[in-house]
Amino acid sequence: MSGNLGHDRIGAAMPRLEDRVLLRGQGRFLDDLAPAGLLEAAFLRSPVAHGLIQRLDITAARGLPGVEAVYTYADLRPLMSSDHMPLALPAGGLRHVIDPDVLAVEEVCYVGEPIALVVASSRRIAEDALALIELEIEPLPAVVDPVAGLEPHSPPARLGLPDNLVARTGIDYGDADRAIASAPHVIRDEFRLSKGGGHSLEARGVLASFDDIEQRLTVWDSTQMPHRAKSILVDALSLHESQVRVVTPDVGGGFGPKAVFHPEELAIPAAALLLKRPVKWVEDRFESFTATSGERDQIWTMEMGFTNEGKLLAIRGTLRYDHGASTPYGIALPYNAATNLIGPYDLPAYKIDIQLCLTNMTPAAPTRGAGRPQGTFVMERLLDRAAEKLGLSREEIRRRNFITPDQMPFPIPVRQRDGSTMEYDTGDYPRCQQEALAAAGWQDFPARQKQARAEGRFIGLGLANYVEATGRGPFESVSVRISPSGQIIAATGATAQGQGVKSMVAQIVADGLGIRAEQIEVVTGDTQLTPSGLGAYASRQAVMAGNAAHHAALAIVEKIKIAAAAMLETQPDDLEVSQGRVHVKGVPDHGKTLAEMARALAGAPGFALPGNLPPGLFANSDYMANGLTYTNGSHVCEVEVDPATGTVRILRYIVVHDCGRMINPMMVEGQIVGGVVHGIGATLFEWMRYDAQGQPLSVTYADYLLPTSDVVPRIEMHHIESPTPLNPLGVKGAAESGTIGAPSVIVSAIEDALKPFDIKITELPVTPTRLRSLLRKAKEVRS
Amino acid sequence: MKAPAFTYHAPTQLKDALQLLADLPNARVLAGGQSLMPMLNLRVAGPDHLIDLGHIEELKALQSVEGGVLTGSMCTQRRVERSPEVGEICPLLRDAIRHVGHQQTRNRGTIGGSVSHLDPGAELPVAAAALNATITIASLRGERIVPFSDFAQGYLTSCLEPDEIVKQILWPKAPKGAGTAFLEFNRRPADFAVVSVATQIVLEDDGTIAQSSLALGGVQGAPLVLDISGLSGARTVHEGFGEDLLRGLDCDGDELYPAEFRLEIASVLIGRALSKALAQARSVAHV
Repeated sequence: MSGNLGHDRIGAAMPRLEDRVLLRGQGRFLDDLAPAGLLEAAFLRSPVAHGLIQRLDITAARGLPGVEAVYTYADLRPLMSSDHMPLALPAGGLRHVIDPDVLAVEEVCYVGEPIALVVASSRRIAEDALALIELEIEPLPAVVDPVAGLEPHSPPARLGLPDNLVARTGIDYGDADRAIASAPHVIRDEFRLSKGGGHSLEARGVLASFDDIEQRLTVWDSTQMPHRAKSILVDALSLHESQVRVVTPDVGGGFGPKAVFHPEELAIPAAALLLKRPVKWVEDRFESFTATSGERDQIWTMEMGFTNEGKLLAIRGTLRYDHGASTPYGIALPYNAATNLIGPYDLPAYKIDIQLCLTNMTPAAPTRGAGRPQGTFVMERLLDRAAEKLGLSREEIRRRNFITPDQMPFPIPVRQRDGSTMEYDTGDYPRCQQEALAAAGWQDFPARQKQARAEGRFIGLGLANYVEATGRGPFESVSVRISPSGQIIAATGATAQGQGVKSMVAQIVADGLGIRAEQIEVVTGDTQLTPSGLGAYASRQAVMAGNAAHHAALAIVEKIKIAAAAMLETQPDDLEVSQGRVHVKGVPDHGKTLAEMARALAGAPGFALPGNLPPGLFANSDYMANGLTYTNGSHVCEVEVDPATGTVRILRYIVVHDCGRMINPMMVEGQIVGGVVHGIGATLFEWMRYDAQGQPLSVTYADYLLPTSDVVPRIEMHHIESPTPLNPLGVKGAAESGTIGAPSVIVSAIEDALKPFDIKITELPVTPTRLRSLLRKAKEVRS
Repeated sequence: MKAPAFTYHAPTQLKDALQLLADLPNARVLAGGQSLMPMLNLRVAGPDHLIDLGHIEELKALQSVEGGVLTGSMCTQRRVERSPEVGEICPLLRDAIRHVGHQQTRNRGTIGGSVSHLDPGAELPVAAAALNATITIASLRGERIVPFSDFAQGYLTSCLEPDEIVKQILWPKAPKGAGTAFLEFNRRPADFAVVSVATQIVLEDDGTIAQSSLALGGVQGAPLVLDISGLSGARTVHEGFGEDLLRGLDCDGDELYPAEFRLEIASVLIGRALSKALAQARSVAHV
């Protein structure tokens, strides 16, 4: 290793390559793209949660100057291969497959569902035309509560379905019934947990252009999964693979919703096919609140049995989940929640019945954390309750139940989505908690708390531990090519939404080739340049694309050495590759540049290639997942609560984090901070609310509160590195982890601060109104 | 979320603006745009003509006068915030303005815009109510001067006629030895207030309360001035004063912040604001 290249090696806090462009405002996002002849689109959306379209008259809208077209379902259906969008992910427990429609056919099932599409010379005119569309809808009863919606006499969320139980799945291992029946202690509680949307700074957007000469459709899509988008477009529009290219420009955040293929991503390409002109749609915030998938309520009715010593015996219960109006992304989310409940603890028996209720609200799909924060919340709250019941400290009950490093790998008899058995690979959970407690001054806190209470201040400290399954497969691809000009291109199926994926890939390839990361051009999210790929979901890209980049770099180094050995008349093992050259070990002058090697391998007419190698200086790796790898963390947070107003202020926030070997600690820390902030939002601020008719109530950022910098404390971070044996780099995912512990730890701290009032928080988010209501009840009970 | 088409006018003289407002159908005046621009983009406002007051110099005055501080309606919030004179002459205005939005929005937002719009979550109307600021209203028909108590009529509703514009606002000078406080409850520091309290207390030389005034925002459509003259002669504010003061009061509420919750918060804030203002008056008196 050469010293001056150290900052581009794996493990170094290399500044992100993207930032030079993005921080100077030179990024090219979807709305920056403006091909000649561009048209802009707007959607007419359902104003009611459930109803039947009685009249849809687009005549006046079509006549407005500047309007090129107004399309309804009937106009687009001839282009489509099927009645509904062909996108259901495989899922075992599905009872009703409800793929969304490109535009509503007759029945509308949530506020915001697209009904018609206006294409005009500008978005403003398109919006003017929306007001001219005559729409009459006969309202139908709306299902707005996943508990009521599962009752036998609930109205249907979608006509023609026998019930609203869209899917049912579960976990059942050990003998939870018997363990609970014979447990010395059993506690029961019900939790109603909301979680917010993705709320990327850049909302969704699509630009589609059809080249009539080449008969090719190019779609620029602000998506996390361009290859999936391409495959759906090919299916839905009956086009050939070679006719469709999906490209992601710079993407201003994803956080989950952009992994879901939404109706607009099909409607806009269809409009471009019909009009033979480029058509762009950029989502506005109102649309983002109503038409973009996000997470919603989970209702957990749970029991936990434990011994006199606080050892867990079993957990049993039911999870009812508001699934929204269709199944755009399978049933991964509540299953994640249920499996993540187990956390770093040895849970001998577990039985949960997961019921997904179809409702008349925006289809629900994962946002950062993807159900895991809620599962962790249930476990951590139950542990705090059990500790209180036994008179144990909160850290001690956890200590008594931890899975310990000597038990690793630790199998859990739960089937993953991919059919494999859940197995924790590495991690030192007791140490992680211990370091978090030490960093927070946990032992000294009771004295500080007592002092504060004497001054009339209510401060509290919380603790939460969690694990996260990361690096979901099946595969990710990276190819590295060195061209005869010396340019080094790494192309990957991984996609970038601002998290630093290009830097991550470049850093790993640079490490392999002994060059500077900035010498590598990383191409992401272009189906034409990477034939296969999956993209961003499940905290996977550093694990999957990272190892693919590593393999590809090693393979290309191997090829360079074999070819150079033939040219330099030596053995491959006597050569090394560094600083853009291959040379004899210890003799830097005796060698070739990588460009010279690329030229040699490009071939010349009639001459053999060096080493009789296949042509081209190129290597591709489709890295296959070798099982999920488990990241873990412990969070401690200190809050101050004003009982008179129900206001919570976070004073300190500490994370001890273990995501295995860190490729770039600075980027890991950025991910953790972002994750924690999302978690703070979900706990104290963000709340997508609907009224009893299914009308969304929080559709601006004045009503839907994001955590701003003035309510977020500095996040203190410490790292443990337990490399995983499951991949060559030893890395685990880090993108969602910060979110998972936040709701549990903040609520634990609030309850601790308000111990004199003995309140129990069972709902998220925790708002001042809700806290005041709990405090009022507590006061009534006492008096 | 693109505003519907409108014709934009940018007069440089108040009389021209008043003429446009009198002549043009379905016209609206644009002040700092911190509320109106989002309303246009959300298409909840759809004027055919937008009359931008931002180029009229005579509306941008900020000066101390005999009775207090005179702010032109187009004087930006940030200018008022940064004016040392405002802090000395009218400390409650300074206290309130620090809670208005973000620095970035205060750079654009104007005093007149906020006072005219009368958002129940806005801070300046509550301060104006507590001080009973005086509003000068202009139209082609002439000028009239109204106290804030007559100006604010209800939720988002002032006494302005369609052809009228707020020209300037006189914020009364705080008497010697006054203590002030502006407190609000919101979820994040820069948000609109859910409930806000503005108060000013003046002490006698013997330390008892001479005069006091208090206004509440967020409990009814318009800022509510509460009669706290009962405090005259007192040295302290007893615990539960706020609760007593609010007993039986009609209060607006919604699902997120029900009336019961707002009243609880208001009574807490009243107690805290009065204590703060009293302490401040005491500390001024001892200087």
